[in-house]
Amino acid sequence: MRMIGCAAAAAALVMGLAVSRAEGLSPGDLRSGFEDMSRENQALQRDDTANPAMLWVGEGEALWSRKVGPANRACADCHGEAPASMRGVAARYPAFDESTSRPVDLQGRVNLCRTRHQGAPAFSFEGQELLALTAYVALQSRGLPVAPPEDPRLTPFRDRGRDLFNQRLGQLGLACAQCHDTNWGQRLGGSTIPQGHANGYPLYRLEWQSLGSLQRRLRNCMTGVRAEPFSYGASEFVDLEIYLSARGKGLAIEAPAIRP
Amino acid sequence: MTPFEPAGTRRDVLHLGLALVAAPLALAARSTSAVATPDAMAGAIRTFLGGAQAQTGRIKLDLPPLVENGNSVPLTVTVESPMTLGEHVRRIAVFNEKNPQPSVATFHLTPRSGRANVTTRIRLADSQKIVAIAELSDGTFWSAQADVIVTLAACIES
Amino acid sequence: MARTLISAPKTAKAGEVMEIKVLIAHPMETGFRPGPNGQILPRDIITRFACTYDGEEVFAADLSPAMAANPFLTFTTVATRSGTLTFSWEGDNGFAQTETADLTVSA
Repeated sequence: MRMIGCAAAAAALVMGLAVSRAEGLSPGDLRSGFEDMSRENQALQRDDTANPAMLWVGEGEALWSRKVGPANRACADCHGEAPASMRGVAARYPAFDESTSRPVDLQGRVNLCRTRHQGAPAFSFEGQELLALTAYVALQSRGLPVAPPEDPRLTPFRDRGRDLFNQRLGQLGLACAQCHDTNWGQRLGGSTIPQGHANGYPLYRLEWQSLGSLQRRLRNCMTGVRAEPFSYGASEFVDLEIYLSARGKGLAIEAPAIRP
Repeated sequence: MTPFEPAGTRRDVLHLGLALVAAPLALAARSTSAVATPDAMAGAIRTFLGGAQAQTGRIKLDLPPLVENGNSVPLTVTVESPMTLGEHVRRIAVFNEKNPQPSVATFHLTPRSGRANVTTRIRLADSQKIVAIAELSDGTFWSAQADVIVTLAACIES
Repeated sequence: MARTLISAPKTAKAGEVMEIKVLIAHPMETGFRPGPNGQILPRDIITRFACTYDGEEVFAADLSPAMAANPFLTFTTVATRSGTLTFSWEGDNGFAQTETADLTVSA
């Protein structure tokens, strides 16, 4: 079974090389990284009693009700029960924020709420609290399709994101598109190259042995091509995520996912 | 010029080769008793057995044959046993041959366990053989082994 | 206090074999891994897990660095009578944590 699979993959690879790939992904080709995982990892993602990411979700649920700041206010005080109020939110982020005239991603939104409405200091990027709250909020959109907002104000940022996606970076001079648009499904190292969608974030990556954000993963990619990664919270990451949302439109949100 | 053209085919042939090699190795491990094991694992097993011999059978070791990332490998051990006061599994020990240390875990069961069935997730540093040994209340030992191929996720952090 | 996720039935029939899953947040630092500055990070693992049911130990596990981070265990125990299931973890650097779950057993 494994031997036949490998032979079939080798044959498909040889055949695939003869076919030229169109620019970008065709909507019919959209494929979540879930499909590229082993059966065991897929089963782990599906099992909320075994998925280690649920430890962070539990933490996020507790943080949702924790009163902070001078007004002693919790997320719950404005937003009520998260399963109701947060349903669909992760699916339509990043979104445009009026006050900063910039788009903001979900974790940026959490921090805006923290500072603006709770009067508490912003959580540090990739810290446990921000990961936990983002995971808890994103979970409320699990199963819903990625639905980037039809907001013309996002267009220049999405374009910038697309440019970044197609730009050669690093000492290896590789663009995201070269692996994830042109060569998805083929193998790099021991693994199948996924299309590189953002529909599972934040997720528990076995490589990290921890929950992590999309930005952490993108930084890994940049290190992988020997480029200096953008800093956490960089606007480039938000722009990229806007483009990734459009590119992965319609895929089911899987947060908090498992990935190898 | 994409960097991927000829190399991909070579890697797939390598994977095909590994799969072909692993399958007969796994079969050989189960059918013969004289399998070469690194000394550390053999020593740890000897300590656990305390001078007794382990027979094959009665214990089943479930591991995926191919794993994407050795940081988290699901493992299930099951032993056929009525789990009564008179006849039950006392301990199940899991060993490996290529991690820095040979012991993985030891599970202590009791007549109140109901079934002898434990699932967990382990770390494997490399493709290797795993051995599980059950100690029964009558003092006998039963063993099973499995081979796992470990690949790593590409584009690692460091 | 590390976060835990315990899946145990709240009710059961006497004699029923119950499956219990426990998950705890812990890095299980092996003691073999170099840190960002190249120096080996010291070992920091959970070394033992035990489940007691009405005060009697019904399952235990001795763990090593070969256990995956955020250690996960699934085991079984027979429902005898109503009471409390206690889950305890202990490990390096004085790590000790206990969680409980109540169980109602009907005839």
